[in-house]
Amino acid sequence: MRSKFDEQLVVLNNSLIEMGAMIESAITKATKALEEQDIDLANEVIRGDLLVDEKEKDIENQCMRILMSQQPVARDLRQISTALKIITDMERIGDQAADISEICTYIADQIYIKKLEHIPEMAMATIKMVTQSIDAFVRRDLDLALEVIAYDDVVDDLFIQIKKDLIELVHQDADKGEQAFDLMQIAKYYERIGDHATNIAEWVAYSITGEHVN
Amino acid sequence: MDCFTIDDLNLYYGGFHALKNINLEIEAGKITSFIGPSGCGKSSLLKTLNRMNDLVEDCRLTGSIELFGEDIYKDMDVNTLRKRVGMVFQKSNLFPMSIYDNIAFGPRTHGVKAKYALDEIVENSLRSAALWDEVKDRLKKPALALSGGQQQRLCIARALAISPEVLLMDEPTSALDPISTGKIEELVLTLKKDYSIIMVTHNMQQATRISDKTAFFLFGEVIEYNNTDRLFSLPQDKRTEDYITGRFG
Repeated sequence: MRSKFDEQLVVLNNSLIEMGAMIESAITKATKALEEQDIDLANEVIRGDLLVDEKEKDIENQCMRILMSQQPVARDLRQISTALKIITDMERIGDQAADISEICTYIADQIYIKKLEHIPEMAMATIKMVTQSIDAFVRRDLDLALEVIAYDDVVDDLFIQIKKDLIELVHQDADKGEQAFDLMQIAKYYERIGDHATNIAEWVAYSITGEHVN
Repeated sequence: MDCFTIDDLNLYYGGFHALKNINLEIEAGKITSFIGPSGCGKSSLLKTLNRMNDLVEDCRLTGSIELFGEDIYKDMDVNTLRKRVGMVFQKSNLFPMSIYDNIAFGPRTHGVKAKYALDEIVENSLRSAALWDEVKDRLKKPALALSGGQQQRLCIARALAISPEVLLMDEPTSALDPISTGKIEELVLTLKKDYSIIMVTHNMQQATRISDKTAFFLFGEVIEYNNTDRLFSLPQDKRTEDYITGRFG
């Protein structure tokens, strides 16, 4: 009985790792497409989002099957309910990478109004958060989950910095307003990705301790 | 308020130490479940609560059990105890008599003779056991002709007929199909208004569905006793967690 259940949990964990790898790759490619103004790569990310959506459904089905067949309790129940919750955040991260890519296709033929510095930094930071939050789930590592939650401040600070820089640019030259607004939106998407990764880490902490993080 | 207060209870069957230093306070008006692997002592404890072990040869007991403050092994006549503490077993154990007589048996033993009084007890007990509508037209028919689920509800009705304060149930649904199980569970929940219920169950989902408090037993000891929600969501002892998640047992 239990060995079948343990097997199902291993498959579930592997699926979450795969979904995590898919969204990390989506953020990486969306960022590269933005930096290199590569429309093909941006479109690849947009198309790839369908696969992320499918993966979410697949994991959802796995969780439902486990709930039905094993009727888990205690930490098993928290593990399955956490998986069900975090895939929603993971799916949203996939959407946001696609949204970044879409804006990227609008501005791919324009000269950027400023050198991209903080946006790639934000991308790096959010990728780290996503990777670590999934790792924390699979390894049941509370410290790592709490580290991810704290790291969201780094992403938020970068967002504030980008906002300031863009406002300054628009003050100097109102013609830059349109692209500034696009870049602002992109930064906002990264900031939201950080929030979703934080949600994931909070659920992971709950699945380990049984208590919600304040 | 506690219905049972169990203090330093030890129970021996000959040389076998079946219950070890049990200390439990069982709340009145609540459903309490005893869970644990076979042979862990949960049924033994249930039986000590209405002195069923008195009949077991070589059975010895130390410590005390109080029912609403009265020591059931010192201050109480066993017949009085069993009137106050009814019991329902895993398999229905009806008498080969009519439905009516099965229920009237207890009250008659306790001296109720008048037909109108017995009629009233039979109807009320059957209503309380959610069986009245199904059997009201065949009260004189043999009880053993009823379905398994109906027989078990009749056993509950029979237990209720002597107006107990506490109802002990030893795996009351283990031999029933899901629909009959569901009916018994609903019944137990409604009975909680008027009775304190203590139930041994191997069905952990059942414990989570209906009981307020749960005690986990292992090798004759109570390992953990807590609110059911808490015990099944965040067990404090690793042995409890391992058992309820199927890692052993």
